[in-house]
Amino acid sequence: MCGLRAAGDLVARMQINRRMRLPDAKAYVAERLGVTAPELSDPLVMEAVRGDHGLGRVTTFETLYPTESSAIEAKFNISRALDIPINCVERFSERAGLA
Amino acid sequence: MHESIPTRFGDGSLGHLSVGEIRAEIEAGTQAGATRAKVSPLTADELDHLFDIFASPARFSAVDIGDEVVLTYDGSGSKMIGARVQDLLIYEQMFGADSIELSHVDYSYKAVKTILPYEAQFMKDTQLVATVPVMYGAMPNLGLYSEPDGPTPNWSTLLPQGRVEEAREAQEQAVGLAVQDMVHVADAMWEAGADGIDFDTAGAAGDGDFLATLLAVEKIRARHPQMGIQVGMAGEFVLGMHGELTYDGVRLAGLWPEAQMRLASAAGASIFGPAINVKTDKTGAWNVARALTIAKPCVEKADIPVHMNVGMGVGGVPMNTYMALDAVSRASRACVDVLRVDGL
Repeated sequence: MCGLRAAGDLVARMQINRRMRLPDAKAYVAERLGVTAPELSDPLVMEAVRGDHGLGRVTTFETLYPTESSAIEAKFNISRALDIPINCVERFSERAGLA
Repeated sequence: MHESIPTRFGDGSLGHLSVGEIRAEIEAGTQAGATRAKVSPLTADELDHLFDIFASPARFSAVDIGDEVVLTYDGSGSKMIGARVQDLLIYEQMFGADSIELSHVDYSYKAVKTILPYEAQFMKDTQLVATVPVMYGAMPNLGLYSEPDGPTPNWSTLLPQGRVEEAREAQEQAVGLAVQDMVHVADAMWEAGADGIDFDTAGAAGDGDFLATLLAVEKIRARHPQMGIQVGMAGEFVLGMHGELTYDGVRLAGLWPEAQMRLASAAGASIFGPAINVKTDKTGAWNVARALTIAKPCVEKADIPVHMNVGMGVGGVPMNTYMALDAVSRASRACVDVLRVDGL
């Protein structure tokens, strides 16, 4: 599902952490992000959605987002957007005194 | 339609078959799988779709737009490019990986245990810079717990000598040690921030190996309810190296993918990956038809995501080092289109 180029990592999280089968995982993520399930694989649609929600995007010398959330920052937003706990986000919060 | 279709064999070599021969290969493959695993063959529609995939001379074959599935990996990165974190980020940023898997070249839990703090540090560092889920992976590899590599007697040596009881005791001892190591590594990875853990080639050393994996999954699930746990099998059925080991009242020796999946799910796994062996002297079409036939009941009955193992020598992909794109894409597409797998 093209990972960060679309919504592959988000759907993967629902499988890894919630044991959701693919149609359910896609439906859940689509509903949370306000898109259709087929749009989850569309890099054009998802580039904008990821940007709007701060979910992290692929960075190259032509596509730079220095003021946007990325990596661990983006995962905070992913956790909120999908309403799932993300282990490294919780660890970061504890260790940075944010919890 | 072309009369002579380029098509791969299970050893990766390229041959040419007529369309009639390709159809015959697919039909023979599904019958072989049905007979071997005592399951139903593929339906006529499914066979027709496989024929469409394999009767094309195209370099690449793909699923329809919107049918894309999630990919997980048994170790991502070549480990030959810079640091491991860079390697993983290449997968994320350049290959569009849906998930990545941190792993060590000595890809066994027994080995990883000895360098665990370093692995945990790598996991923590990777989680700060990666966005996609990061798993940690290795193999249960029960054989490493036997002499000369480990403390238990070597059951592979005892069995040919007819010392069956001693061989069984040795395996049972190894199971206990392996479970300890796998749980210990999982604990450390969870503390370091991992999204999940992958037990790759479960069952490689037979029913003892599979039992160790199931017991480890059960313990890890109890200790870390939120942790992702992936179980990927080594082969299409569980070898009875011990013969009498059970989990949840089910004897493990001789289990095929559907039953393997049920136990993995019951133990607490998040994702299950069946692995169907490739016969190198048969065509890719034959191998894929056989693999889909054997795996189909597993996917139909699963209550957790099924990520079919599609790689070197399994899932219909030829057994050679640099796998041809035409072969991998056909096998992958067949798994998605026909089985409706949740991932690969």
